[in-house]
Amino acid sequence: MRFDQLIALFEGSSVADSIRENDNLFPLIESIHVLAIALVVGSIAAVDLRLLGLAWTSRPVSRVTGGILPLTWCAFTVAALSGALMLISNATKYLANGYLVAKMILIAMAGVNMLAFHFIAARDRLRWDNQVRLPLAARFAGVMSILLWIAVVTCGRWIGFTMKVV
Amino acid sequence: MAGGLLLGFSKWLGTTTLSGGIRNIGWIIPTLQTIHILGVAVLFSSAILVDLRVLRVLQRDAPLPEVAQRFLPWIWPVLLVLLASGSLLIVGEPRRTLLNTVFYLKMALLLVALALTASLQRWFTPTGWDSSRGRQVAGRLAAVLSILVWCGILFAGRWIAYTQAG
Repeated sequence: MRFDQLIALFEGSSVADSIRENDNLFPLIESIHVLAIALVVGSIAAVDLRLLGLAWTSRPVSRVTGGILPLTWCAFTVAALSGALMLISNATKYLANGYLVAKMILIAMAGVNMLAFHFIAARDRLRWDNQVRLPLAARFAGVMSILLWIAVVTCGRWIGFTMKVV
Repeated sequence: MAGGLLLGFSKWLGTTTLSGGIRNIGWIIPTLQTIHILGVAVLFSSAILVDLRVLRVLQRDAPLPEVAQRFLPWIWPVLLVLLASGSLLIVGEPRRTLLNTVFYLKMALLLVALALTASLQRWFTPTGWDSSRGRQVAGRLAAVLSILVWCGILFAGRWIAYTQAG
């Protein structure tokens, strides 16, 4: 099955149809999406500030991440699901929107940044877990994360101004 | 009577140079909204992370007073950013908010949330916030209320876009 056929299948589904037809469903899903995104970005920013040595430096990095990232992942799952529901309601139009495509690429880059931190920067974490000033690679990951997520939110808001769906 | 005054004020505000500038330069409103959402992300996440600690869902290994003092003080400076960006959005499109019941619901909920945050900030000091069973229960109820009220604020915020007066 080709990609555009798959998109047409989603777009023609009864779920997509309900989201298009029901006046309250789209705003409801969108509100949940904003709520989830806010938690993703806010909680990641808290971790990033620790990586940069700007906040909660008395607490080991692993404890900060362990205490906060479960919330980030829950919220990310909700954001991804609600985002997917909005996407399939008008998939062809959304996928033709440059800001949506940019947003997806930026989220992928944030994912790569996270993996790079996890597998490269955090390899010798035991050595600096308690330190205030972390190695350059860890601080770099923190800065990149903040910038990428700000860009994700910016693109997300711009989708609303460049698409007229509802 | 009050409605007439508001209508007149909204109309006048909409005719000011600042309002016209905000409205007519295409990137200003999406930029203000992006700043507003990023501020909401910090505020909402800070409140939720403390609430989840009170409910013993996350960060159980960190003392509650420490978690509260870590996250809650962020709310006040970020609130100024939100008030500034929110005010400019109102100036740009006065009728969208000032003639919208959902906007007043959001402001009412915000007052509740801020009162709650200020009291939690005072309450969760290192000495004896959980000295009795009653205080622990009260703390948990306050945390649940805080989660509900903040979620209500975010929902109302998004719903303003769908309920604006013509």
